[in-house]
Amino acid sequence: MDVAVIIFLSSGLFLGWSLGANDAANVFGTAVGTRMVRFGTAAVICSIFLILGSVIGGSGAAHTLGKLGAVNALGGSFMAAGAAALAVYLMTKAGLPVSTTQAIVGAILGWNLFTETRTDAATLITILSTWIICPLLAAGIAAALFKLTTQVIRTAKPHLLRQDAYTRLGLILAGAFGAYSLGANNIANVMGVFVPSSPFTDFSIAGLGTFTSIQQLFLLGALAIAVGVITYSKRVMMTVGGRLMPLSPVGAWVAVISHSVVLFLFASEGLESLLASAGLPTIPLVPVSSSQAVVGAVLGIGLLRGGRAIRWRVLGGIGLGWLATPIIAGVVCFVGLFFLQNVFDQEVYRPVSYEISEPVLERLEREGIAAHIIEGLEGEIFESAPRLSDRLETEVGLDSEARDVVLRFAERKVLVIDPDLLDSLDTDWYGPEQINALRRIAGQRYSHKWMLGEALAAETPEWRFRPAELVNKIYNKELEKKLLALYRKFEIR
Amino acid sequence: MATRNSMLGGSLSPFGRTKALENEIDAFLDKLSESGLLFKRAVQIYLDEGASAEFDEKLQAVNRLESEADKLRRSIETQLYTQTLIPESRGDVLGLLENLDSVLNLHEGALWSFSIEQPDIPSEFRSDYAVLCEQSVLAVEAIVLASRAFFRNIEAVGDHMHKVMFYEKEADKVSTKLKRAIFGSDLSLSHKAHLRNFVEHIDNLADRSEDVADRLAIYTIKRTV
Repeated sequence: MDVAVIIFLSSGLFLGWSLGANDAANVFGTAVGTRMVRFGTAAVICSIFLILGSVIGGSGAAHTLGKLGAVNALGGSFMAAGAAALAVYLMTKAGLPVSTTQAIVGAILGWNLFTETRTDAATLITILSTWIICPLLAAGIAAALFKLTTQVIRTAKPHLLRQDAYTRLGLILAGAFGAYSLGANNIANVMGVFVPSSPFTDFSIAGLGTFTSIQQLFLLGALAIAVGVITYSKRVMMTVGGRLMPLSPVGAWVAVISHSVVLFLFASEGLESLLASAGLPTIPLVPVSSSQAVVGAVLGIGLLRGGRAIRWRVLGGIGLGWLATPIIAGVVCFVGLFFLQNVFDQEVYRPVSYEISEPVLERLEREGIAAHIIEGLEGEIFESAPRLSDRLETEVGLDSEARDVVLRFAERKVLVIDPDLLDSLDTDWYGPEQINALRRIAGQRYSHKWMLGEALAAETPEWRFRPAELVNKIYNKELEKKLLALYRKFEIR
Repeated sequence: MATRNSMLGGSLSPFGRTKALENEIDAFLDKLSESGLLFKRAVQIYLDEGASAEFDEKLQAVNRLESEADKLRRSIETQLYTQTLIPESRGDVLGLLENLDSVLNLHEGALWSFSIEQPDIPSEFRSDYAVLCEQSVLAVEAIVLASRAFFRNIEAVGDHMHKVMFYEKEADKVSTKLKRAIFGSDLSLSHKAHLRNFVEHIDNLADRSEDVADRLAIYTIKRTV
């Protein structure tokens, strides 16, 4: 493996470390802040379950490459991960609970700006709006749960010591569960982009099963997270568990549980498919911040009790931290990319170009965009999305919706179905019929992504999207993921 | 309550230690309550027949209870701190136990004074001494109940607390009346002072119980907020 990969890996590990130092504190912060669980105990339990979650629960996410997957060159990922990690580190130093997801969103925006990649406004607005909805929802759930819990305690009348023992057990269980899901959900961010260049090889452990290279890579990332927990998470834990508002042990438990419920609501594919199969509207699966959830939950309890105990100055600091994190990450990423590209001569992005070719015109015709309108642009190659978009707006006068459609189909990506690569496909993930379809088109060359998708769909129904109904949402999303993985695999650079 | 707790303790072994500690706290409160009852008996015996062998036996029993309670209290306190239990209420529980222990010590101290000094209590004062003793021990019993409620059923603390205040006031009234009667009599001044000391020995039980109740009221507010 080459040295560059090791250097690039370092920023992933730094991000892992800062995830441990900050995000993990949200899970055990209230328990440690109320002195119900010693910091040492919390750090050990948290580390163990983080590692388990990353290695066992995280491998499913390996196909998706995490949120940083949008960044299409290793140098860019290095800078984005590094910038996000730096922003989180600064906040951790200030003892402020923030989330790596917020920093990553900021860093990706910085990368988008630098590389003139279009930012999907709708997605961005969804993410930003959850930053408001998430704490509010957490506050509401926490207030309701707190009222319910105190009512239960009042009825059950447990002994002071027994209540203490149950609360402690509840805090540890909730914390362990939270650490497991934190690892499973975030390891892809820390290590996902390095999966294609993993320096490890698979090996089997005495008939117990295979320890894949991805799992080894994730274990490395998880160890970085664990080191972050042990070395640096105490300050943030104290902010969450005591400085913002003095919490009772029962309140501490309610805060952790509410935080987990909110994260579950926004992150559970299981819940989504359950809702979808019942024909109910689904909750958008977006990266929400665990710190916003936990701070929201603490505030909910505080407001329920009249709000006198809340230290508004600390809250103000936390709020500023939430604003500052994505901004710092974005700016650092932007500036860093400049140096990486121009001083160190590294590839920070793969330019995406656009071409209105013959097949694109035909395809657009089917989308209802008459070919003759944009025929004038045929054959020209556009170096970035904004350039094509500008021309479409000024010369053709297309509205933004139609421009998006043109951009989607005009993106150039040369794909060749290399028969040698077919053997390395994950047969557990792709169905046999899907693999067969790929074999039948082996050797073919496509100049646009959608052409491969359509070629496959023509081969077998297994590669066809189902009608865009709620029930099919999960199926279509999975198919989309598989196609994305193919685009990555068969791309010719 | 007892059966429910033993059921929980049996089925959930991880809480075995918790159960053991709960039992120790209950045992400590039992000792205090028992020593109150023994104290009442001992004073009655002294009033009836002086420092007899039976009185001595009661004194020894209280003595034993006091040292057992001390042992329990130390064990409870050590466990609370070494296992970092109830971090929020740990200091309060510690304060409560030590104050209750001082009530227990008062029982023992007063009985020793009876035994050593053997006050000569004229018959006309004896019934008032008995009433004073009765009221003081009732105050002690009420504070024991209030303390139990603090651990088991926080909302019932108030039900017992007001009784502590009531018995303390009653004891005060009797002790004032008794002291006036003593100093209004034609006994020698030294005799009067000696009798007054014993009124105070007994009355102190109620006073100290009230002090504990005042603290307990604050601990209770802290736990319910």
